[in-house]
This record gives sequence, C-alpha cells and structure tokens, in this order.
Amino acid sequence: MGNLLEVNNLSISFTQYVQGLNRHDSKVISDLTIDINESEIVAVLGSSGSGKSLLAHSILGILPYNANVTGELKYKGAVLDQGLKEKLRGKEICLIPQSVNYLDPLMKVSEQAIGECKDEAEHKEKKIRQREIFSRYGLDESVDDLYPFELSGGMARKVLLSTALIGDPDLLIADEPTPGLDAKSVEETIQDIKNLKNHGKGVLLITHEIDVALKTADRVAIFYSGYVIEINRVENFKNADNVLHPYTKALINSLPRNGFKLTEGVQPLGEVHGCPYYENCPIRLDKCENNIPELEEHDGVMIRCFNFKEANDGA
Amino acid sequence: MIKINNKRLVKFFGYKAIRLLILLIVIAAISFIMIQLSPIDPVKAYLGQRIVSQEQLAIMGEYWGTNLSLGERVMGWLQTLASGSMGFSLIYRVPVTEVIVQKFTASFTLMAVSWVISAVVGFGLGVIAGAKEGTLTDKAIKTYCYILQSTPTFWVGLVLLMVFSVYLGWFPIGLSVPIGQLSDTVTFWQWLYRLILPAITLSIVGIASLTMYTRDKLISVKKSDYVLFAKARGESFWGIIKNHGIRNILLPAITIQFMSFNELFGGTILVEQVFAYPGIGQATVAAGLRSDVPLLLGIVIISAIFVFAGNLIADIIYEYVDPRIRSEDDE
Repeated sequence: MGNLLEVNNLSISFTQYVQGLNRHDSKVISDLTIDINESEIVAVLGSSGSGKSLLAHSILGILPYNANVTGELKYKGAVLDQGLKEKLRGKEICLIPQSVNYLDPLMKVSEQAIGECKDEAEHKEKKIRQREIFSRYGLDESVDDLYPFELSGGMARKVLLSTALIGDPDLLIADEPTPGLDAKSVEETIQDIKNLKNHGKGVLLITHEIDVALKTADRVAIFYSGYVIEINRVENFKNADNVLHPYTKALINSLPRNGFKLTEGVQPLGEVHGCPYYENCPIRLDKCENNIPELEEHDGVMIRCFNFKEANDGA
Repeated sequence: MIKINNKRLVKFFGYKAIRLLILLIVIAAISFIMIQLSPIDPVKAYLGQRIVSQEQLAIMGEYWGTNLSLGERVMGWLQTLASGSMGFSLIYRVPVTEVIVQKFTASFTLMAVSWVISAVVGFGLGVIAGAKEGTLTDKAIKTYCYILQSTPTFWVGLVLLMVFSVYLGWFPIGLSVPIGQLSDTVTFWQWLYRLILPAITLSIVGIASLTMYTRDKLISVKKSDYVLFAKARGESFWGIIKNHGIRNILLPAITIQFMSFNELFGGTILVEQVFAYPGIGQATVAAGLRSDVPLLLGIVIISAIFVFAGNLIADIIYEYVDPRIRSEDDE
C-alpha cells in the first residue's frame, strides 16, 4: 500500500453555451488514470494547452465552478473528496506554481511563503521555518522583504518552491516548473525536484517539455488529446522499441538525438468516437475507429491500444 | 519603511508646482475673459438699485477700467492676483479671500464628513459585493448603486428632507445653526446634528461609483493566478479577500476617492442650496446670481486648487505607496 495518490478514470469537462442557448460539453480530460508512490516522480507529458494543469487543479479542488468532474481520487487510500482536499491542500498536498504571477504582487515574499496564520504564535513558528527553507535554497535575509517583481528569475523559482515546502507536504504537484527558463535554471529545477524525491516525497510533474520529463521522472504518462495513452518507466523511453504506443514511438523518434523523424497529423480537438490516435496511427485496426480502448496493463506498462489488448487476450 | 529618493521627490514636487502655476494662470485668464465677454456689467452689479447720473457712471467706469482693452484688463487681473489679492466681494462687502476662507471652512467639514462616509461605506459595500459576486447580496448592492448613480444629488437631498425632516421630524430642515442663535454659541452636538442630513446626501453619489469600482477590481483580483494559488494553499475565503483582495484594491480605491474631489465640490453646491447650508456652495450660487464677479472668479480659482490638491494626493499615493512604482526609478 505505497500508493500516495491514485487517480482513477478522472474526466473533466466544461459546460459552455455556444450560439445562444445551445449547451455544449467540451471534454478536456478523459478517463485519466495514474498513480504516484512515495519517493517517486511521475511526469504527465502532454502538449501545451491540452489541459494538463486541470489535473493539478482537480487534485487541489480549485477547478472553476462550471467544471464537471467524474472519476475517483484517492490519497493514501482515502477517497479524496472536496472536504478532504480543502483539509489537505497547503499542508500535505502542495502546488509548486509555474511563475511569479502566482504570487501576490503587493505582498513581501516571506509573508507569502508563510501564508495565512491563525494567530501570532503560528506566524512566529512558520517564520522560523520559512527562514530555514529560504536559507536552504540560498535566499538570504534581504530576500525576505522583497516583493515578487523584485525577484530575479532564479530567485523567483526558489521562492515558489519554498512556498510549497513550508507545510512539509508528502505530495508535491509541480505545474510546468520550467517554461522560459535558461538551460542552467532548468537543470537546477530538475535537481531540486529530484531532491524532494530523495526526501521521501511524491511528485507529480506536469510538463510539456519531454527532456525535463525524461530527466526528472521515474515514470512518464503520455497525455494525448485528453487521454493518457501510455504510462511507462523512464528507462524505456531511451529507445522507441521499448515503448508500446505508436504515438509514443513517433514522439521518441521525433527527438533530434533519435533522427528527427517527424510524423504527419495533428491531435484531434473535438470529440472522437474511437481511439484518439486513430487518424494518424500506422497500425490501426478496424475497430479502433469507433471503439475507445481502455488503459490496461501489459508487461508492467499501462497502455491504451487495441493491439496490446489482442496480444494480452491471446496469451 | 518607505524609502524616499530625495532627488526624485524634489523633481516630483517641482514639476507639480509648475503644473499648478500654469493651470492657475490659464484658469484665471480664461474665466476672466469669459466673464468679460458675458453680459454682466460690474459697474451695474456694484451699484445695484441705486440711481446715479451719467457723469458719475462715467467716473466709475473709468475707475473700474471699462475703457481698457481686454488684454490690459486680463493683465491687470493677473497682476492683482499675483499680489495676493482677489479683490473685493460686491455682495459681502469684504475682501474675497476673507469670504472664501469663512465659507470654505464651513463647507470643508461638510465635504470632509461626506467624503469619509462615502469612502468607508462605498469601499465596504464594494468589497462585500465583489466577494459575494453573483449572489443576492451582490445584486441588491448593484441595484442600489445603479439607482443612486442615476439620481441627481439635489433630488436625493429633497427626498431625504421630506422623509426625515418633514414627515418624521428627526432632523432640522436646513441651516447650519438653529434659528435665533448666534453661530458662536452653537454646541458641537447641535452642529453635528445639523450636519448629518446634508453630509449623507453629499456622500450618496460618491458611494455608488466607488462601490462599483471596488467591486469590479475585487472580482478581477479574484480571477488572478495569485488568488488561485492562495486557494490551492488552503487559505480561507475571507482570508484571501482580506490578505490578497483588499491589499490589492485599497490603493486604487483610495486614489479614485481622491480624484473625486471635483464631484464633491460640484455636489456641495447643490446640497448646500437644498439644505440652505451657508458654505462655499451657497456663496457660489449667490455670486453667480447677483453678478459678484470678484467672488465668482475667486471661487473658480479656489475650486481649481481644491481639485488639483485631490489629484496631487492621488498621484503621491500612486507614486510613493505602491512598491511597484516606488522603486522603479530608485535603481
């Protein structure tokens, strides 16, 4: 029972009104299943703007009111409902936000790291902890009194990370921690996240940067058109032969070090009736057009593809 | 706590002083020219109903400078102003500065009280409406604001007078001093009691715009990434409103409130008229109706300074209290 977080068949859709009173449900995440253990980093890798952040928002219970959520979340074996989310967020489950925009522009950074306190005593206690964590990341006392806009890029990143660590959480959610950072800062961020793992924490890394995912994570979940199509161990991503899904293979082959082989086609935006990769798949079957494959285990790898279901059933 | 860069401070105030000087010269000149071009004849206004001969009229005209060219008159007026005199009020028969000081002091209390009321109530309602966006409370506050916003001040004054003074008899109908009593003998409570109704009337219009502004600002703050993050960190709803909401909307709200000095002054004229409150507003109306040109010009200049002061305070707050702007030039 090492599972820190379990996400089972999570779907998130939004109700929108298009052209007057026509209601339309747009599905952003479909049937997402993933789990994270203690001392493990799991990356969710998907293209930018595909709605990966909503996974983080739904774990923290901060989705907008018009979101419809189905599926089940479990934290340390207990069902994670809105009440439990509100109890745990900021304490056991913490978000590492992606940029300084997530800090109040008019509040000193030390106060933001400390957060809301019930009384003076709690504030004092947290102040000591905040100082401790800041100095661990090389932020000296002069940083305490700065406002977010006064931080350099590197400092901002450390402050954001510190805000998540004040409560000493068990599970951290890093939502796109690296966009727009230079190579050195990316490297530092990766190290920082790995350090968290070494301290026994579980990390959910949400990113669109394949390199960051591969360098940081233990397991990588590939997010395609709202579906998780494959969850595989990071070692297997070195070579296209070791990953199972045709999309993952194409993704790895497209990397510069693997020969830059690009495949045609785009991710479908609207509703699909069958496999989301049907349009572009080189090994598609007839039934893929109108049936959605389930995410199933195949030799320790989670895979959403009928080709492997066949193989499984045959065995 | 606030670091102030002296060089920048001198530059800021020097620049503002030059702006004020230019503004005053232009306003003094333009308002003077407008009055000169209007049918008001200062000689006739001075004489009132008295009957004089043609020769006397000519002597007076020469004394008042009616035979001078417009340019010479404007220059003369500006020179007199520069020497610190605003002339002699035709109605009150004392120097204009004296009238203005006396009337402005009376109005200042009225304006200050209603300004504070509208700031506190307006901001408070705005925060409640913004925090409770979309609820019945929000809708009620919004409706209230729309009604107030579209209601003229003098009409609100009349309604309040009818309800509270005539039907209910709680407040006096007007005047700042009870009838038959000298202003020196008025007690503080008597004075306060007579200030309530006019002050409320004057504050009402300011409340509506400030509330709508505050509400709007708070709603946009609520949609910001940092509020989302605060929620993700488990901060409570009212904690977020207090720590992040009010922190981020207080400065712009105060700024707006200082910039509303012009509405305050305009409102005073109407309110003082309705409540027969002897302040600068009434003096303005009297000066206009009875062609007291020196007093009217004096009030124009004073009101320009008053509005300028409001805007200046707003600028100071903007420049020196907001940490983002404060440190921009410090590097």
